[in-house]
Amino acid sequence: MIESLANVGGSQARIHGETITALPQDLYIPPDALEVYLEAFEGPLDLLLYLIRKHNLDILDIPMADLTRQYMDYVEKMRSIKLELAADYLLMSAMLIEIKSRMLLPKPAEIEQEDDPRAELVRRLMEYESIKLAGQKLDDLPQVGREILVAQAYYQQIIEVQPPTVSLDELMAAWQAVLERASKFAHHKISRDELSVREHMSQILRRLQQDKLLEFAALFDIRNDGLPKLVVCFLAILELVKEGMVKMTQQVAFSPIYLQIA
Amino acid sequence: MNEPQTIAEMKLVIEAALLTSSQPLSLDELTRLFADRMERATLRMLLDELKADWQQRTMELVQVASGWRFQARAEYAPFLARLSPEKPQRYSRAALETLAIIAYRQPVTRGDIEEIRGVAVNPNIIRMLQERDWIDIVGERDVPGRPSLFATTKTFLDDLNLRSLSELPPMENFAQVEIPLDL
Repeated sequence: MIESLANVGGSQARIHGETITALPQDLYIPPDALEVYLEAFEGPLDLLLYLIRKHNLDILDIPMADLTRQYMDYVEKMRSIKLELAADYLLMSAMLIEIKSRMLLPKPAEIEQEDDPRAELVRRLMEYESIKLAGQKLDDLPQVGREILVAQAYYQQIIEVQPPTVSLDELMAAWQAVLERASKFAHHKISRDELSVREHMSQILRRLQQDKLLEFAALFDIRNDGLPKLVVCFLAILELVKEGMVKMTQQVAFSPIYLQIA
Repeated sequence: MNEPQTIAEMKLVIEAALLTSSQPLSLDELTRLFADRMERATLRMLLDELKADWQQRTMELVQVASGWRFQARAEYAPFLARLSPEKPQRYSRAALETLAIIAYRQPVTRGDIEEIRGVAVNPNIIRMLQERDWIDIVGERDVPGRPSLFATTKTFLDDLNLRSLSELPPMENFAQVEIPLDL
């Protein structure tokens, strides 16, 4: 047991070791450091477990002095070659030293029953080890895409086209719309007089005199006038504004535009 | 084709549906195959028979967390693997440990994972597991900061050929513990 473990970790912990397998992915320490010392470890707990296994220490009665010394050896070696060390490792050093020092303190007789300072560390080590083993077991399970291949036969999905239903009302409405559209193309014969911009200017002025204030859109008879007439009407308005006969106002953008006599 | 009347016809309909589905089909989904009312018990019986019918074939009918699916028998996997150009990636130990903590201790927060592993959680691992749809956020712990609680999904169970979390391999305790804890 000791030997096999020593082989696993020992060869990888060699300084200037050539064999590099995989780097832990969640340690924020330089790759060099990992290659030399911590390659095989997933964190301080993992390193501690390794030390306990390697030296065949009793987890329920950890010799704190030995363990701390060995742990610090690793950590110090790393520091000596000026590698930044993951904070997690340093935190664990502090914790080990704290446990050791608490064990050194003489206990007054009346609180003899105080918990072993190592208890929390032991609990965490045990929990970590069982998770570590569980992770390996999960990896051993067959996985879809790896060992399990799911059947997936091809089939051509035929979508039946359901013709939409049409009601009589809808048909009528559609016909009405056609008639109305057709009517707009029907009266394109417009005489020259009708198309006079000047004439439209006077018509608009006349209407403005009557109504004082008119909305821009109200000047266009979209239903009855053809496109040419609408254009002429628009030109007439522009002309009126240009000649200062009509004033255009708008409160805010996109609100209705009003016209009035200047 | 008319509505299936006999057991044999019903089994064929189920078979066709299962073989063409990209996802495992649940009992609810399978009942929708039939216009007439289908008892779940009948459906289970049909599935059992179908499973037996395929006993000698290359595909087997299995039940996983989200339903039933056909999959190649394990002995063919090595041959099928030769078809894929690259070897499927294996997860790092960090990823496996993170996954194990979420699977066995769920629902857990990042803090819980860090507490057990003794190192900071790599956000890439969490993201990778979420992208695979193996874990998701099931809520928040009611403590300051409201950390997210992670749990494993049905897809995780499906992908590992499991019907429920209780089928996960049992957790082992610290390997050499023989003496009772007396601290």
